[in-house]
Amino acid sequence: MLKLEHVSKRWGEFTVDDVCMECVKGEYFVIMGPTGAGKTLLLQLIAGIFYPESGKIFIGGRDVTFYPPEKRGVGYVPQNYALFPHLDVFNNIAYGLKLKGYSQPEIKKIVKELAENLGINNLLYRNIKTLSGGEQQRVALARALTINPSILLLDEPLSALDSKTRDNLREYLKKINKTFKVTTIHVTHDLVEAVSLADRMAVMNNGKILQTDTPEKILAKPSNPFIAEFTGSINVFKGFATPKENMSEVKISNLPVWVSGIHRGEVTIIVRPESILLAKEYPKTSARNVFKGTIVDIEPKGTVYAVKIITDSNIIFTSYITRSALLELELKKGDKTYFFFKASEVHIF
Amino acid sequence: MGLKISSLTLAFSVLGSFLILFLVIPVLLLYLTTPAESMLGIPYDQEAVKAIFLSLAAATTATGLSLIFGIPLAFILARYMFFSKSFIEAVVDLPLVIPHSVAGIAVLVAYSSRSTIGSIFSNLGIIIEDTFWGIVAAMTFVSATILINAAKDGFQTVDKEYEYVARTLGAPLYKVFFTVYLPLSFKPILSGAIMTWARAMSEVGAILIVAYFPKIAPILIIDRFLNYGLSASKPIACTLLTISIAIFIVLRFLAKRR
Repeated sequence: MLKLEHVSKRWGEFTVDDVCMECVKGEYFVIMGPTGAGKTLLLQLIAGIFYPESGKIFIGGRDVTFYPPEKRGVGYVPQNYALFPHLDVFNNIAYGLKLKGYSQPEIKKIVKELAENLGINNLLYRNIKTLSGGEQQRVALARALTINPSILLLDEPLSALDSKTRDNLREYLKKINKTFKVTTIHVTHDLVEAVSLADRMAVMNNGKILQTDTPEKILAKPSNPFIAEFTGSINVFKGFATPKENMSEVKISNLPVWVSGIHRGEVTIIVRPESILLAKEYPKTSARNVFKGTIVDIEPKGTVYAVKIITDSNIIFTSYITRSALLELELKKGDKTYFFFKASEVHIF
Repeated sequence: MGLKISSLTLAFSVLGSFLILFLVIPVLLLYLTTPAESMLGIPYDQEAVKAIFLSLAAATTATGLSLIFGIPLAFILARYMFFSKSFIEAVVDLPLVIPHSVAGIAVLVAYSSRSTIGSIFSNLGIIIEDTFWGIVAAMTFVSATILINAAKDGFQTVDKEYEYVARTLGAPLYKVFFTVYLPLSFKPILSGAIMTWARAMSEVGAILIVAYFPKIAPILIIDRFLNYGLSASKPIACTLLTISIAIFIVLRFLAKRR
């Protein structure tokens, strides 16, 4: 469906350097990397907003390297959604259809159908300025989907949203990918987002793609120290979920981890290191997941410290705490500590 | 409410008020010292009526020409980086620093029917010496800068992502211009057009040199002042002021409403 052959481009301080990648039809492909890695530039090269200095881009077997964006049939949702402020929701979604010369009744029908599909039919005549971040996101997606794109490009689609909306929209993006069978290229700097959405993902840094594989394989076998560093901080576990008390219990070995929602069978769970809090004594907390372990490592990581804790069942969790918290708790290697996190902080897929 | 006004705010307000009074007093006094019956006679003063309509028509034409030629230039300057951009921007700003009599002479030198370019225009029937088109040329020369800069600022504030999205949705650049850039820059362009029109209406210096005849209203005012004195020039001055302020207020109101 999409193929990039040795694509290079320099634009200001951003670079795409000899990138080769391939996506199959209907695939959810995530490009992950730190800020400034060149991810957005790569997306814009695929969209045709910029042309590469070298290399070739193929969409559906056609060489589109120097095709303008309007001739590529690619849907693009930028980070700020870029909804046209002078048009209401309906006319934003209808923009591409009007350009294609559809009649008014046809446009109305298509927009209404799409809006219903995406659950935004109640927003159609609203002013863009009155929409929440999540609503804007859905409208931007609807607008991109009107042209029946062969590829949907999403630039950090969840970064501007609060955590609850983000969780809802993550599911929503996956659903769109499956419902519309549209090849989706999603750019993010967030590992949890990448791992929970991607069929396959590519890790990018300094304009280069360092590794492309399934999230499981990348997490299990990072191909270079940068990826190991980037992915090593995350708490990823495979387990077996059983519904209990309107929630679910996921057994990792024999460690029971509570998660929100009803889930069954084999699952993978992720807990962000910054979601795990530490306490010397058994904490007074509403968090469902409270465990005890031994500190095996404390390592400075920029502005925070990564504390690695091993449980009795030999499972290692990483927690990020601030320097002041570390000093206050007087933690050191070999100490016993409690660590806890909320069921709602566990990402499951 | 216990709202405390700082001494700085007070001092600045007093200083600002002086300037406001300085601007308002002459306008008010002009009205107050002009007998109403003399203004009522203006509609019967054929020369004055003709001059006012000529001023309005020429200023509107100059604004129209500035829009037609200035908006594309403003778009290019706002959107692209190129080798001679700073030079072109300086050229656009140049009329602001040229004394208007000098501007008039320059326009006459370049575009009079005796000049090379002017002879091409005169073959097409457009002569600027003492004609309507001469007035328009002088007005455009001194006022187009305002429109170009306003439109450029407007285009520059449009987020490029709008263009990128519109392009991926199937719009070639010219459609992006008409459906995205132009509507989103409408307010600054309209404000710029209003100021351009106002600037053109108020021009005298360059027009005096290029086209003393047919007389526009400001020249007729000078003419009457020099030949018949202050009281003879005041009724037409008041009328022109009233018309200009009325149109200015209406246009500003429309620009604010959008």
